[in-house]
Amino acid sequence: MTVLAERSGGGRVTGKSRTAGRPPHRPRRNSYALFLLPGALAFLAIVVLPFLMNTGVSFTDWQGVGSPKWTGLDNYRRLLEDEAFWESFRHSLAMVVAMAVVPTAIGLVVAAALFDFVAKHFGSKTAAVLRACFYLPQVLPIAVAGIVWSWILAPENGSLNELLKTVGLGSLQQDWLGDPDIALYSVMGVMVWVQIGFPLVVFMAGLQRVDPQLYEAAELDGAGWWQRFWHVTLPQIRPEIYVVMLWCTIAALKVFGAVYVLTKGGPGGATNVPSYFSFQNFFEKTQVGYGSAVATVLTVIILALALVALRLQTRAEDAEEGAR
Amino acid sequence: MSGATLSGRATTRGSRSPMAAVRRYPVLAALVIAAVFMILPFLIVTINAVKSPAEYSANGPLSLPDGLYLDGLKDFWERVDFGQKLVNSLLISGSVAVGAVVLSVLNAYAIGVGRIKGRPWVLAFFVLANMLPQEALVYPVYYLSKEVGLYDTRLSVIIVFVVIQSAFGTYLLSSILGQFPREIIEAAQIDGANKWQVLWRIVVPVSRPTMGVLMVLFFIWTWNEFLLPLVMLISNDNQTVSVALGVLQGQRLMDATMTNAAALLGVLPAIVFFLVFQRTLTRGIAVGAVK
Repeated sequence: MTVLAERSGGGRVTGKSRTAGRPPHRPRRNSYALFLLPGALAFLAIVVLPFLMNTGVSFTDWQGVGSPKWTGLDNYRRLLEDEAFWESFRHSLAMVVAMAVVPTAIGLVVAAALFDFVAKHFGSKTAAVLRACFYLPQVLPIAVAGIVWSWILAPENGSLNELLKTVGLGSLQQDWLGDPDIALYSVMGVMVWVQIGFPLVVFMAGLQRVDPQLYEAAELDGAGWWQRFWHVTLPQIRPEIYVVMLWCTIAALKVFGAVYVLTKGGPGGATNVPSYFSFQNFFEKTQVGYGSAVATVLTVIILALALVALRLQTRAEDAEEGAR
Repeated sequence: MSGATLSGRATTRGSRSPMAAVRRYPVLAALVIAAVFMILPFLIVTINAVKSPAEYSANGPLSLPDGLYLDGLKDFWERVDFGQKLVNSLLISGSVAVGAVVLSVLNAYAIGVGRIKGRPWVLAFFVLANMLPQEALVYPVYYLSKEVGLYDTRLSVIIVFVVIQSAFGTYLLSSILGQFPREIIEAAQIDGANKWQVLWRIVVPVSRPTMGVLMVLFFIWTWNEFLLPLVMLISNDNQTVSVALGVLQGQRLMDATMTNAAALLGVLPAIVFFLVFQRTLTRGIAVGAVK
């Protein structure tokens, strides 16, 4: 944040107002559009065209070969009655809990503890090392994280079950990913582990810009750590909290790799999510029209959330500028 | 970061009472335990990847290894031709990192400095393109790549991700270049510099730190991508590390030693990148989230 702000702010030319320095014969601006041309063409070909095709196919019956047969809203009607579809979206909500709600809550407490406590009493090096430990799973490819965890959670000889046996809690041993009643919670647990570093890093960066005097004033007024957390930390980094929640929610709705590697949506659809559900329809059942409809619904939800995110972000920026 | 101010304050404050000092350590201990829990999976994988299968079946996954058994890693490396996977991943991620930054700079120059017509709409388009789930693109991209003969080539994945990643880069760089002091650009134009020269001699050098952050982010994001490479790269010679390991795991054919070898070889590059790029990464993540 700081580095970019310094660089972009420039600050080498100051004093002069922007309009005063502008020459009377201003160069034609439209010629800059040429620089946008490669990007625009690339986006048309790689993003816009496929997106429109996907939307179009969602109104057809198509196996991926031959010509699609127009069926109007049939796929969407079928979706509404498909229990597997609704189940996958219910699991999405579970993923939102595991990837947005829980990591944000834990991230806030840990970020505040590292910033306001560990860094103060044990030095910022200690805080940085601890932060790095929490962040490490974030750089791991999700496929690799899936391999690591599916082996740890394996029913036979898995580390977790072995650990439970060693400490005398053998009765708690489970087939963590194979039991339909438990698998979803296991996947959620893995996702918390994967996700937690992101909110933590963002919140710690956000705390850097909080005026230390606020903390000192609160401390002089006799505020304890929890009071400082509630009345200083939380209100001060509220913009970060909104943004992180929304970004993590969108990421949670897109979860694919973890489910593919850990459970393949199983057992019996117990961990299926919309993204994997559409993948199954595309490439396993070759019901491309139906898969496209699932992907389209997912897209609409995510774009709606993204628009909310944008609104909140501009509002937060305006508020920040107004406060300056 | 503000490490200097923090440590400075720590010394002035000091410990007010011996009780406060005693109360401090439980919190630190709790955080350290949590941190150890976070890296525990990495440790378990490492100790089991260097155990022989006999040792593993005799003592289970939690015992420390007796010695260094590297044959499991070697076998796995040769069986999946891991060197080739690494080359593929490096080639794809490296090309995407460079290509996406170039495309981002060009877009952002037109939007942020050129202030082309309809700028807010163009910008909103890039933001939404960045949020778009790949599920909504994957089948048409798969279909079209077959039509144009690029299916199952590394080039197809490079092209797709250059475009997808540059959506984020365009958004971030545009907002930064939008604040670029116009006086500098206008002074250069009065001196007779054309738009290419302004871009190349002024805008690019000044934006270099941001471009570095973007390049690191794009590299790691592309390295970790799974869905599109899984669909697009089916032959063994073209697969990335992520795809090869994910497919192997999905087939459920690996024994314990092989699984650990796979996991360790998958983890190692990520840890190397993490150590090399840590500062850039954490800074970049924060920038990306807040900008």
